[in-house]
Amino acid sequence: MKIVTARRISQIFFLTVFLWTCIVSTLGDSWWQLRGWPVKWIIELDPLVGLGTFLTTHTVYRGLLWGLAVIVLTLVLGRFFCGWICPFGTLHQAIGYLGRRNLKTSEQINLNRFNPRQSLKYWILIFLLSASAADIINFITGLSVRDPRAPWTAAALGCILAILLLSIFTRNERTGGTLPFIVVCLSGFLFSFLSEPTPLLQSSLQTGLLDPIPLMYRSVNLIWVPLMDIFFKQTAPIPRYYEGTWIIGAIFLALLFINLKIPRFYCRYICPLGALLGLLSRNSVWRIGKTDAGCASCLMCERDCEGGCAPSSRIIISECVLCFNCTDACHTREILYQMRPSASGETLVPEFSRRSFLISMLSGISIIPIIRTNGFLATNWNPNMIRPPGALPEKDFISRCIKCGHCMRVCPTNVIQPAAFQGGIEGIWSPILNFRIGTSGCRHTCIACGHLCPTGAIRPLSIDERMGMKFYLDQGPIRIGTAFIDRGRCFPWGMDKPCIVCQENCPVSPKAIFTRIYFSELRNASPVMVSGADSNRIYLKGSPLVPGQLNTGDYFCTFKKGIDLEPRRIISNSADQIVISSKTPWKFLPDAGNEIQLLIRLQQPYVDIEKCIGCGICEHECPVSGKRAIRVTAENESRSETKTLTPRRQERTI
Amino acid sequence: MCVVKDTNRINAIDRAFNALGGVETWIKPGDRVLLKVNAAFALPPALCATTHPDLVYEISSRCLKAGAERVVVTDNPINDPLSCFSLTGIAKAAESAGAKVILPKEGLFKPMSIQQGVLIRNWPVLYAPFVNINKVIGVAPVKDHHRSGASMSLKNWYGLLGGRRNIFHQQIHDIIKELAMMIRPTLVILDGIFTMIGNGPTGGSLSDLKETNTLIVSSDPVAADAFGARLLQKEAEDLLFIQKAEAAGAGKSDYRSLKLKQI
Repeated sequence: MKIVTARRISQIFFLTVFLWTCIVSTLGDSWWQLRGWPVKWIIELDPLVGLGTFLTTHTVYRGLLWGLAVIVLTLVLGRFFCGWICPFGTLHQAIGYLGRRNLKTSEQINLNRFNPRQSLKYWILIFLLSASAADIINFITGLSVRDPRAPWTAAALGCILAILLLSIFTRNERTGGTLPFIVVCLSGFLFSFLSEPTPLLQSSLQTGLLDPIPLMYRSVNLIWVPLMDIFFKQTAPIPRYYEGTWIIGAIFLALLFINLKIPRFYCRYICPLGALLGLLSRNSVWRIGKTDAGCASCLMCERDCEGGCAPSSRIIISECVLCFNCTDACHTREILYQMRPSASGETLVPEFSRRSFLISMLSGISIIPIIRTNGFLATNWNPNMIRPPGALPEKDFISRCIKCGHCMRVCPTNVIQPAAFQGGIEGIWSPILNFRIGTSGCRHTCIACGHLCPTGAIRPLSIDERMGMKFYLDQGPIRIGTAFIDRGRCFPWGMDKPCIVCQENCPVSPKAIFTRIYFSELRNASPVMVSGADSNRIYLKGSPLVPGQLNTGDYFCTFKKGIDLEPRRIISNSADQIVISSKTPWKFLPDAGNEIQLLIRLQQPYVDIEKCIGCGICEHECPVSGKRAIRVTAENESRSETKTLTPRRQERTI
Repeated sequence: MCVVKDTNRINAIDRAFNALGGVETWIKPGDRVLLKVNAAFALPPALCATTHPDLVYEISSRCLKAGAERVVVTDNPINDPLSCFSLTGIAKAAESAGAKVILPKEGLFKPMSIQQGVLIRNWPVLYAPFVNINKVIGVAPVKDHHRSGASMSLKNWYGLLGGRRNIFHQQIHDIIKELAMMIRPTLVILDGIFTMIGNGPTGGSLSDLKETNTLIVSSDPVAADAFGARLLQKEAEDLLFIQKAEAAGAGKSDYRSLKLKQI
């Protein structure tokens, strides 16, 4: 088998696995639904996810160690992930091929020329990682010398230093001031053991914006799966909606179609994961290269070169995605995957000066503190930002969320939505709950989202913990917010109409929504006067009523004056008669000429903040269908200590 | 109408049908049966907020055994439909009995009006499952309901409404009456083996339930509800929708005047 055939099989395999994980992220017990399928695996393979969350949290979340395997293999083999695994890369390759297949060979070669601007992706990578790096800096500088973790950290830093030094000296490369620069940086870290961490430095994980795996999951899960379902109706019987998908879709399509003009534009110019793997692959053991500098220079090796890495001349190692189209195209077998450097010389990475590095690093490090001066993580938090149950406190959440949309895809009620700017610019496309979309609030017995979150931004809860049962009895259920009644919009409060749909649907026991009865006097054009009465019937003067207008069971009547003023339920009425319930006859018959007071009995809803969990079913069901008369906001959510509404201190569980 | 005292649903339905001459009294070979369950909430059957799957299984399989051509089970629940039908166990019970579950997908609703109706005028109703159906059986639990007083077999028809039906809560008794005018069931089965005596209609805790060990099988839904009201410590006169349904000709609230078998 030719190696390009093997590569194509691998690409199709991983693309299939990718699409399969999108489909099976469906709650249910059929074989094609969530039945232990490794739906997080492709994300876990992505080392940028692991590295990013390591930088922002100085921890690695379970499955993300898969990324380490990819890193090690990249150090040995090169960017195999880009050419052999990445499903987004596969799409780019396919569309790029379609775009150039009818061109002349010379035009094809031109399209795949190396462009120095390919270094843009390194700017992006350094920018995004620097934005994530503050936590690790704070962690290291925060360690005291006596901390048991300090020697390990020092050892790790020493190892990194040694590897860097080794790699610089084993390759013939212009080192310039790189070595002093690295030494200064790392010794700065080592010395900083003695100093205090600065609160100015803050990290935020933003790699998910451009990381190809989360980007593709977001696009497929939120757009293509629901669109396909319009025909197949397999993953949900009712169409699923996601807010703001036009921009996610526009980016996805634009990135795909641009391949028609510039093959693998995204992989060559944008992809931060490709940049990371490129940096790792510069010193890989095996690399593509020529065996003979004096080949015929037919340039056939560049006709289908996916990376645009110039294999015919001085190959740029970090740009090579190991597509093997060059070795396949070379008739004289003078270009090989080998352990020696190319006979025609090699460049390890595109020109990327220390100055460029510093600019992107400094802007990355400073952008987060600049953004946070808006106070979104402090007193200016947005009450409309309701995070899924099990979400970490906001600062930790934003350090982990890669905006992949797994939680939004699996949510059985479709309430988890990609945020626009509700969570600030850092929270764009992170999950927030919108109770107006979806089939009914956040089901209080459901824990699906946390179990699909690949980075632990949403903790995997047990049902017991979510509902506050058994071991978690003292702690109570997880609250994601609190419902507030907007009395001006509420039927029984503002409009004299019975309703209490919210109370009926409140799922907790005992209910968090309760009612108090209030008798409200009807608006009447003219007074209704008694002409006569028997025990459960009143005869009226004239014909002041519309027949049947008071027979819904919610109308009551009493008198303006008298002894027995307790309201009686009206069973029915005609134009000149009112019939009351025979179970509650008048104790004293009213006198003729007494004025009747017509009342409507209203059950007015109240929210018990000790019981409300913020599930939003009330908001979803509220018949005031535009801006609901009961709405959930993030106050009292369990994950935050500063948003509590009650003085009782909640045990922090994380 | 038959009222059975039993602690077990399967025994109860068995005894009730035996006393009434079997389901064959109503279901003839070739009949197409629709089972309207109450699947309103995505809660497990033990919480009795929804129709118990044992009843769904027993009734469906008995109808099929009696020669029914097909049995369909449907409802338009309040919570997410897929979750409701799976978590309540209704989907599995129906399918293992050979019945077909119809989820309330878009396109199965049709705007409908009923004669002399005031509320159901051009309102979306879950219509498609009823096409070619000639027998309708309602199966519902007995539950507390803060707005209407009780949720039983008449209130169960509410699950056939689509659209933003919650505005009908303003006239809850009238909408139940109109639903009673719209659906004239072959049979209703009212499950009071456990009664949700508080925190209804969602319940959510075993402490909201009371063992009342009663199952009602009736061809008159008004009579069934009138009897069921007693399980909630209420009288038929306390529940205006029963009187309204009776006045509209949907049945008799005086169940004692019917052929009543109490076993």
